Amino acid sequence: MSIWEYANPKKFMQTSAWALPWALAATVLCLSVGLIWGFFFTPDDYKQGATVKIIYLHVPAAMMAINAWVMMLVASLIWIVRRHHVSALAAKAAAPVGLTFTLIALVTGALWGQPMWGTWWAWDPRLTSFLILCLFYMGYIALWSAVEDPDTAADLTGVLCIVGSVFAVLSRYAVNFWNQGLHQGASLSMDAKENVSDVFWIPLVICIAGFILLFVTLVLMRTRTEIRARRVAALLARERLA
Amino acid sequence: MELTVRNLSVARGGITVLEGLGFTLAPGRALVLRGPNGVGKTTLLRTLCGLQPAVRGEIAAPPEGLAYASHADGLKSMLDVRENLAFWAAVFGTGPAAVARALERMNLSTLAARRAANLSAGQKRRLGLARLLVSGRPVWVLDEPTVSLDTASVALFAGVIRDHLGQGGSALIATHIDLGLDEAEILDLTPFRAATGALAQAWGDDPFLGDFA
Amino acid sequence: MIALLARDLRLAVRAGGGFGLGLAFFLLVAVLVPLGVGPQGDTLARIAPGILWVGALLACLLSLDRIFALDFEDGSLDLLATSPVPMEGAVAVKALAHWLVTGLPLTLAAPVLGVLLYLPGPGYLWLVVSLALGTPALSVIGAFGAALVVGLKRGGLLMSLLVLPLYVPTLIFGAEVVKRGAAGMEVATPLALLAGITAGALALLPFAAAAAIRVNLR
Repeated sequence: MSIWEYANPKKFMQTSAWALPWALAATVLCLSVGLIWGFFFTPDDYKQGATVKIIYLHVPAAMMAINAWVMMLVASLIWIVRRHHVSALAAKAAAPVGLTFTLIALVTGALWGQPMWGTWWAWDPRLTSFLILCLFYMGYIALWSAVEDPDTAADLTGVLCIVGSVFAVLSRYAVNFWNQGLHQGASLSMDAKENVSDVFWIPLVICIAGFILLFVTLVLMRTRTEIRARRVAALLARERLA
Repeated sequence: MELTVRNLSVARGGITVLEGLGFTLAPGRALVLRGPNGVGKTTLLRTLCGLQPAVRGEIAAPPEGLAYASHADGLKSMLDVRENLAFWAAVFGTGPAAVARALERMNLSTLAARRAANLSAGQKRRLGLARLLVSGRPVWVLDEPTVSLDTASVALFAGVIRDHLGQGGSALIATHIDLGLDEAEILDLTPFRAATGALAQAWGDDPFLGDFA
Repeated sequence: MIALLARDLRLAVRAGGGFGLGLAFFLLVAVLVPLGVGPQGDTLARIAPGILWVGALLACLLSLDRIFALDFEDGSLDLLATSPVPMEGAVAVKALAHWLVTGLPLTLAAPVLGVLLYLPGPGYLWLVVSLALGTPALSVIGAFGAALVVGLKRGGLLMSLLVLPLYVPTLIFGAEVVKRGAAGMEVATPLALLAGITAGALALLPFAAAAAIRVNLR
């Protein structure tokens, strides 16, 4: 059986109906274990105190903010190349989720930055990149909602997503060039020296898994909603014609 | 150089409006499309011109052979009549001689220096149709060409079409009124309507219909 | 293609074409900023590169929706799509026409506005160079944005939302060139990056814009 069969709305609805409860349960499990472990059973950082614990929200949200855009890019490419409607609707469904993750990353970053750097906002390259990413998400969502015909909207947003991805990467480098900031390096790089210590690391990985699952669950739910909405529109159109 | 259509289905706004359409338009012939408003004449013509994809079916047309005249004339009101026409002549690569001929033929020579903004609706229409003459293309695809033309202008334009046919061109015309082209064949689109009974089949392409919860 | 360029330029300079509005807007920005910030020379000199680049960018943005919207409304775009001119070429030519009536005048006027903002001496050359290199990218990126919204009734505001994030890299490198130039620093790196963005945008975006127009026409 080909993987593309899941791009058929009917097959997708069946499979996702089966997968959704499991994804939801796994999300709840991972997030509760990861967050409770992280918040209550890890020591305070010797320098940062208890504020460090916001890492369990901040880092996974930031990762998923970028990953959601990558998923939208892949889904847009699938739509443009193979014309699978579910793919376009999945990209549409992922955008508000990605935007929310971006906002969570920005807000938790501000809350963390205040005690750490003494300011809510700094024009640090990473913060700035996320602000720009936020604008890309807003533009993408606005274009979806502005175009009436669903296939036209899918095509236009697909093109925007591809072009936007290139410019988002360019912006990232441009912003790096523009200001070498105060953000700490990646917390999870494979390079052991830069890594946060193990006590923080394990619950963080669980939280990241939880955020990935949360993203999958939300996108599945929203895609199902979008498919139903398309179906309602199609049925209504048929009704009017008959 | 003929335009052939086989088993064509076209859709407007995601809804199939015409299906199973087939015809051949040979050089020197004219085909008049008839049918009530909303039957899908404009949609069909736009599909033939490649402006929108066909739902299914085949269109065999001479490459770069179609000249399209839509409801809108594509005139720039700030340019004068000659400039408007000269632009399209340059786009189609036909040159100033063709412009002069077209102006003459469409009875626009006296208006050549007038801005398009100051033309009457019928004069604008004539200028829009003059573009066909400078396109140099064999197959004319005309969408309601006679809108806002008076009787004399309709007769003038029918003469232009007849000359075009005489030179081996052809014309596909969607119109409600009688152009006075007795030699034209008439194709009524009503039987090709994606009918209510056949609707389920017409919707076969929509993956969002059919049985699923 | 030359005919299309000539027509767009002719339409731009005739009455109602909006030629010079962008320039006037640019001037207004350069006048309003000192009124808001205060007349202190050192402050203005420091922010001048950024203000001039942001002003140029916004002035460019103003006239973007005219690139395709008028042709869409009067049906010319349909006819162009069925003409022998490839849509990619038409997009490139229309972006060029936009640059000639907007970007080029802005580039030429910028040094004068630099005087108003106390731009330091060595900055003038780099201001003109960076705008000359960067404004073509603004026009072609803008043409892409305009192509996305060409079918929409009120696309202007939406287009700003789509286009402005895409302008970020150009703005950063462009303003950086002027900033460094004004401070007497070496400008080769941002200048090369700015040129790279412009070259890439010119090479690739006409294809994306043409695809968007075809989608909008159907």
